[in-house]
Amino acid sequence: MGSYYQKELETMPVEQIKALQSERLVKQVKNIYENVAYYRDLMDKKGVKPEDIKSVDDLHKLPFVTKADLREAYPYGLMAKPLSECVRIHSTSGTTGKRVVAFYTQHDVDIWEDCCARAIVAVGGTKEDVCQVAYGYGLFTGGAGLHGGSHKVGCLTLPMSSGNTERQIQFMMDLKSTILCCTPSYAAYIGETIKEMGYTCDDISLKAGIFGAEAWTEEMRHDIEKALGIKAYDIYGLTELGGPGVSFECETQTGMHINEDHYIAEIIDPDTGEVLPEGTYGELVLTSVDKEAFPLLRYRTRDICVLTREKCSCGRTFVKMSKPKGRSDDMLIIRGVNVFPSQIETVLLEQGYSPNYRIEVDRANNTDTLDVYVELSSENFSDTVKEIAEKEKQLAAAMKVMLGINPKMHLVPPKSITRSEGKAVRVVDKRKLY
Amino acid sequence: MSVKQISIFIENKKGSLAEVTKFIAESKINLKALSIADSQDFGILRIITDTPNEARELLKDAGYTVTATKVLAVGLDDAPGSMAAILEVLTKADVSVEYTYAFMSTIESRAYMIFRVDDNDKATKALTDADIQIINQEDIFNK
Repeated sequence: MGSYYQKELETMPVEQIKALQSERLVKQVKNIYENVAYYRDLMDKKGVKPEDIKSVDDLHKLPFVTKADLREAYPYGLMAKPLSECVRIHSTSGTTGKRVVAFYTQHDVDIWEDCCARAIVAVGGTKEDVCQVAYGYGLFTGGAGLHGGSHKVGCLTLPMSSGNTERQIQFMMDLKSTILCCTPSYAAYIGETIKEMGYTCDDISLKAGIFGAEAWTEEMRHDIEKALGIKAYDIYGLTELGGPGVSFECETQTGMHINEDHYIAEIIDPDTGEVLPEGTYGELVLTSVDKEAFPLLRYRTRDICVLTREKCSCGRTFVKMSKPKGRSDDMLIIRGVNVFPSQIETVLLEQGYSPNYRIEVDRANNTDTLDVYVELSSENFSDTVKEIAEKEKQLAAAMKVMLGINPKMHLVPPKSITRSEGKAVRVVDKRKLY
Repeated sequence: MSVKQISIFIENKKGSLAEVTKFIAESKINLKALSIADSQDFGILRIITDTPNEARELLKDAGYTVTATKVLAVGLDDAPGSMAAILEVLTKADVSVEYTYAFMSTIESRAYMIFRVDDNDKATKALTDADIQIINQEDIFNK
């Protein structure tokens, strides 16, 4: 049995969870139907009225919402509260104009921070701890979420944001940080830098880390735990649903407990939309039952995972989700940034290159690498190596503007990109993440 | 007084040079000079031929990435110091050399070099003023 931030909620009997979810769902659906025209249209189209939803068992009757809906309704179309009631905005990392923006009332911020506080307490955090938040601060939800959670627990909070790794480590040693929150790849990088600086994990006081916002493997967990001398825990969330803390790992490190008082989880067949029974792999669909500003009903996360309600030795009764083992769309998460192949294609066409390209994603020293191979046509060809290298550089800069991360560009001769059935193979993900 | 060089973009992997030279042979393109520049990913094959326009079209139609560039073909005595003298002239005229390569010739027992420079006109004037021989496309094959 571990310790809890909100014991009564986190260990509530399953029947009570269901009752609480049902009560909140009925209220939420009514609220959304009355206040969000976009949803009302979706529900009318499906022929569902708020009174058809009497409990969580009726959830399947509601229409799905997808990222495409969020984009279509951008920026205010899915809000259920007037802007004057909102206190915060966060956004996805996309710099494409395709970004997704989420709004929060004070209540929304509070429940979000509670969820993050639960995650911190679950890894053994108390008010005696020094919590170093090395997620990016700003529009990204990572920094703000764990920062708020750390405050709620009463930890001494070090709002470092990401980057400046040597200073990060200096603070970690001087101020004896005990909990580290960041992306797993950054945690691995911190571990390497500590070693490069001539220190070992005995020189730091860290005991636990909460790492999320990108896919990582058990092998990577093992590497980070060894390098930093800690226990490494996973946390899951999406900006659309408020950020990190939708689910979190407990001391057993056997999957992430979904905060079911705030979210209802379903697993569906991504092709048919049919709800699948517990224990089956499928796409995770989440409903936020007590969000005020930006509530989502049956949001398709595109993450493929499995749910289990097996009794957890930590005492929590919340359902556990496995680490996502893939996506049901073509989105890639590279260094914590969402990348769609279509964005890369857009840049290539804008810059006058052929749409024959291959994206290769790999992981070297626990950091994602992105290589883009593009076929070079006679129009862009030059007889000197220097000019071609210069073109690669310019293209990488244009990609950076679109994607937010720097790819390595490779211009290659026509037909050198493998085609399967005449079509170029667009994406090769060599990372063994799932 | 320049020569049209054809450059072909090839993959930096085994067999790609053989493939394109085979195509050149089958197309009856007469190679007079050839050089290769390479990076980790790709290579640039540069050729001098008597029929550059035709060669370019043939290669393009076959799906190759091709470009034509005007370069200088310079004749020099087969003696120590001739190359240094040419480079000195070009440096004095503030011309940068992107690359250079030699080609075999039976013409008047002289050596010939291809120069790819940033300013053909400036280079031509400086070399002519220094009495250095520049030849044109026909000269390469007719002499």
